[in-house]
Amino acid sequence: MPKVKIDGVEIEVPAGITVLQACELAGVEIPRFCYHDRLSIAGNCRMCLVEVKPGPPKPQASCALPVADKQEIFTQTPTVQKARKGVMEFLLINHPLDCPICDQGGECDLQDQAMAYGFDRSRYHENKRAVPDKELGPLVKTSMNRCIHCTRCIRFATEVAGVEELGATGRGESMEVTTYVEHALSTELAGNLVDLCPVGALTSKPYAFEARPWELTKTESVDVLDALGSNIRIDSRGAQVMRVLPRLNDDVNEEWISDKTRHAIDGLRHQRLDRPYVRTKGKLVEATWDQAFAAIAAKLNGLDGSKIAAIVGDQCDAESMVALKDLMTSLGSPNVDCRQDGARIDGPRGSYIFNAGVRGIDQADAILLIGTNPRTEAPVLNARIRKRYLHGKCPVASIGTAEDLTYPVERLGAGPATLRELVDGKLGFFEKLKDAKHPMIVVGMGALAREDGAAVLALAYELAGKLNAVRDDWNGFAVLHTAAARVGGLDLGLVPGEGGRDVAAILDGCQKKEIDAVFLLAADEIDTTKLGKAFVIYQGHHGDAGAHRADVILPGAAYTEKPGIYVNTEGRVQVGRRAGYPPGDAREDWAILRALSERLGKTLPYDTLHQVRARLVAVNRIFAAIDQQAPGAWGPVGQPGATSDAPLKSAVPNFYMTCPISRASQTMADCMASRAHLMAAE
Amino acid sequence: MAMITADPKDVPQVASFSFTPEYMAKVEEQISHYPPGRQASAVIAVLDLAQRQQGWLPRAAMNEVARILGMAPIRVYEIATFYTMFQLRPKGKYLLQVCTTTPCWLRGSDAVMKACQHAADGEMFSVQEVECLGGCVNAPVVQVNDDFYEDLDEASMNKVLDALRRGETPKPGPQVDRQTSAPEGGLTTLKGE
Repeated sequence: MPKVKIDGVEIEVPAGITVLQACELAGVEIPRFCYHDRLSIAGNCRMCLVEVKPGPPKPQASCALPVADKQEIFTQTPTVQKARKGVMEFLLINHPLDCPICDQGGECDLQDQAMAYGFDRSRYHENKRAVPDKELGPLVKTSMNRCIHCTRCIRFATEVAGVEELGATGRGESMEVTTYVEHALSTELAGNLVDLCPVGALTSKPYAFEARPWELTKTESVDVLDALGSNIRIDSRGAQVMRVLPRLNDDVNEEWISDKTRHAIDGLRHQRLDRPYVRTKGKLVEATWDQAFAAIAAKLNGLDGSKIAAIVGDQCDAESMVALKDLMTSLGSPNVDCRQDGARIDGPRGSYIFNAGVRGIDQADAILLIGTNPRTEAPVLNARIRKRYLHGKCPVASIGTAEDLTYPVERLGAGPATLRELVDGKLGFFEKLKDAKHPMIVVGMGALAREDGAAVLALAYELAGKLNAVRDDWNGFAVLHTAAARVGGLDLGLVPGEGGRDVAAILDGCQKKEIDAVFLLAADEIDTTKLGKAFVIYQGHHGDAGAHRADVILPGAAYTEKPGIYVNTEGRVQVGRRAGYPPGDAREDWAILRALSERLGKTLPYDTLHQVRARLVAVNRIFAAIDQQAPGAWGPVGQPGATSDAPLKSAVPNFYMTCPISRASQTMADCMASRAHLMAAE
Repeated sequence: MAMITADPKDVPQVASFSFTPEYMAKVEEQISHYPPGRQASAVIAVLDLAQRQQGWLPRAAMNEVARILGMAPIRVYEIATFYTMFQLRPKGKYLLQVCTTTPCWLRGSDAVMKACQHAADGEMFSVQEVECLGGCVNAPVVQVNDDFYEDLDEASMNKVLDALRRGETPKPGPQVDRQTSAPEGGLTTLKGE
């Protein structure tokens, strides 16, 4: 390891890093604009100049200079300070003085660094250059006069997002960052451009002129709009969520989040259930909690457990799920299911989680995607696969309907028959998987949520066995969920008990009048017309499909409004925190169930969140290890059997609208329209 | 300073562009200079061929170049807008690039420019003011498409323009009695005696 001297202090640093990174390790701050540790090095802003010995007698760009043994680095010499001042002065020549009306104000790298390294006045008396603003779609607002040409956005779009659509046209003073043809970016990660921009050239369109960073309350939480469980920071003012930003977690989302995670939050303001409703004479009428509970008690008391059923939605926290499960057990009902889409998952834990973890993708050296389109199902995870592809020597193949995943994918075929052939070693890709040290088999809900899902799962299991993909040092069997609550639900055993019904059987029972009452815990993705004449209790936060059909509505809290534990697709237990209170009379979900249980005479044995969480741990010990990915047991899964010829379609055909929150979001509707427009233009 | 626009909205775009077989052969020849998989290296040469075929570079041509070379279109736009010799607007049959840098200016490029501007109609002639063309010893210099016309003044410029208008190709090079950059009126030294 090279030893270098930074400002006179000797430090040993890993070989192959840059001078800038070495300075960071030594705790010396180097100002920078273009350098970003997850993007390629551009070296064009020149803000990171330092003096290096031995070397030419002029300041060097530390971000692009490899560190070498016996190097002496000076970051505070008069030359360096003068150079930084000079660079800053040049950057500010064409930068407008519009900080008071700029959304970046208060969290702007240029503003901060101008305070630290800039002059106190301008010596420039000419006109500043004027650059037309660009149209980059409904999420990214541009103010190109402010652009300092760091090219972070270009590199992000090209490298991470995998859409080569942004570039720098012209040269010198005429240089512009643009798509040239003026269209929205066809990526699900566009919001990250706003975070990356060190100045106010790219700002958030939906958040434009909404708030200043210092007036927002920051809450660290977890996203539930896809199953990745991206770590987020919720910025709120009062009860209103103003914006969502990514939080750094290299194990999950690095520092990116998808556009849905970031921008569906305006859906939290619309279509909310803020008070209980009871259906009287065919119409939903506002009621008090007492009246709502009374209506439920009147229906459920005396009803046989086998005639009651519960379906759990895709965004529920573990606390409310365990409370519902306990309530159903005490009512004597085995009819509980958390698999709204009918996914045929019912095995040991290892068979339903993304065993290798998101980090495992970095290790994988051959990836097979079965019935999944990670680009719509978990765009950040897709970016991780792309990152792995860019690293080289990792062939990716897919079985399912063809989609553009931003990296080359070998299309093996569309249906389960192709998987059968692959298992039998009849396809060339089998050899590639076989030769791989760390083969990864990603199974999506598109493969499992179908009639023959169990048979497809069995095939995937057989393939994993043949490839030796599941062993002590590597588990390449990976299930990519689409529902944030799913793994938690399965971990808590929210599947039909002995003699119980699954979702399809519950709906069937409703129509045959074998089920008299159905409890929907924020379950909106089922066909509510099939609920027949059953008495439907809907507990949730949005007036979506479930609430429209309900006989009693219990208003619950959305993910930003309650503390909750979620288990992501990797099986990682993560804690979401409350950023604000639910609207009106709405309450935390587990507390509603606790209150209801008392009215039904089956009081649940917990009164505080702490006690519910203790109950979670009692049900499944994995809930004790927060932020950890507990390994899952492995064993035969699925049911070998006949498969149909139907192609394995992705479970998420439309990325922008997948849940009650995103369906209520105007921003997501705009994104959809913009994408449709883009597709039509092609 | 003036507003900058990378993609001029007032430019008539052509609906489609494809290389003629002759040009396509040249394109393939250019691509063959580079190892397989590195065909994008030929982008400048191929853009030049497209410009020669079309007379200028419409977006359709850039898209076609991107398609042939397997590049993202934006990467081609970046290059085409970077180099000033790529013409992103339609040009006349003859593009008159008048050098107005100091040596040419001192030798009377203003008058040459006046003659060119007078002739410019957008169909036969287009005029562009350019920086040093590197022909200072024969100043003032005008580049007409691929040829240099040197040692010009207003009268000789008009003569050249008239000839071009008639469909002739006047002899490129010095428009005075001079061989390349040798002394005017014949050799003064080293006469071989």
